[in-house]
Amino acid sequence: MNGVHDMGGMHGMGPIHNERNEPVFHEPWEGRTYGLLFAMGAFGKWTLDALRHQIELISPADYLRMRYYEKWIAALVELMVKTGLVTRAEVESGTAAQGSPKMSPALTAEKVPIMVANGDPASRNVPGAPRFQTGQRVRARNMHPVGHTRLPRYVRAKLGTIDRNHGVFVFPDTNAHGLGEKPQHVYSVRFTARELWGQQAAPRDTVYVDLWDDYLEPA
Amino acid sequence: MSPEVPHAHDHAHQAVPSDPALRVKSLESLLVEKGLVDRAALDALIDTYEHKIGPRNGARVVARAWVDPVYRQRLLTNADAAIAELGYGGMQGEHMVVVENTPKLHNLVVCTLCSCYPWSVLGLPPVWYKSAPYRSRSVIDPRGVLREFGLELPEDVEVRVWDSTAEVRYLVLPQRPAGTEGLSEEALAALVTRDAMVGVAKVSLSEAGGVP
Repeated sequence: MNGVHDMGGMHGMGPIHNERNEPVFHEPWEGRTYGLLFAMGAFGKWTLDALRHQIELISPADYLRMRYYEKWIAALVELMVKTGLVTRAEVESGTAAQGSPKMSPALTAEKVPIMVANGDPASRNVPGAPRFQTGQRVRARNMHPVGHTRLPRYVRAKLGTIDRNHGVFVFPDTNAHGLGEKPQHVYSVRFTARELWGQQAAPRDTVYVDLWDDYLEPA
Repeated sequence: MSPEVPHAHDHAHQAVPSDPALRVKSLESLLVEKGLVDRAALDALIDTYEHKIGPRNGARVVARAWVDPVYRQRLLTNADAAIAELGYGGMQGEHMVVVENTPKLHNLVVCTLCSCYPWSVLGLPPVWYKSAPYRSRSVIDPRGVLREFGLELPEDVEVRVWDSTAEVRYLVLPQRPAGTEGLSEEALAALVTRDAMVGVAKVSLSEAGGVP
């Protein structure tokens, strides 16, 4: 979707504030939010792609106003309601509805190090020849899906060069919507800064963007 | 609110505390009550990223690459395996690529679409990395962004920006500063900052004890 989250190249966002000796979490609720998101994610009711899309669905004004972990809370609540883990009435009251089914077991502290160490690889070991070879010229497709996509607006319809093939990965555009993993090759595509931004860009500078097969066409 | 008290639908949403701290507290107690969350697991997750996994991991990788040219080569060609040699990997570091700075090339990592970041070697990202200014400007004005971080690059240095749009996570291998020839691997690691491994700074001798 052409949301405000797709920020590459936008102007007017202001200066960057680099806080010295920044804590990992600024307030305890941020850490609790972080923990809740992963503890609930461990039930496998939604994918990382679905989570990203849920955050993108926050209205643009709220997206820009909210603090980072506030967006996580908002998205977590929506995902839990959608998947039936909680009801909206329960979230609003803060207490479980009488007779509501209990889902268990919850993620335990003992399982946390295993979950962190294993991660959740998005690569898939499926056969399939890559459509593009290293060094090949490609054009990012000019497409504007209303759902989730990881093809940023600033590279659409631009010419680039395949720099390397990362392997086969789950395709976010379908996976975020429960439409299957549709695994396909992901490439690092090199764009010159001038192709993206015109003559204002420095002549030698480049931007590398990781793009799935379906985002590309031969140039 | 007791269930006996009828309330108009318009008011229902106001029952949700607007303060995020209250909202999260209420959500946590609900999920614990429903058996969906074990508080000890939340404590363990928080402790992991506050105390166990952070930029010191990445700094050890960088220092090893500086002292061991064969390791450096492995790191640049198969980062996952080379990083795993030091015991790091897992969540948000499943697919790593390491990019090397040279006198004529400077690498900068961003995620314009959200906040993708190599947790396994750098921990959780700082606020500026997730902020709209950094995400919007890094790809269109990387030199301006670097200048804001105090790094002025000559025109003949190529700036290469890596936008983390997929599940690959990037770590910058900074240049080893001059005057560090006699330092141990451990002392070198102490010089390497988080910012240098994202690409918004260089490693310098004066940075020791700076950003964790």
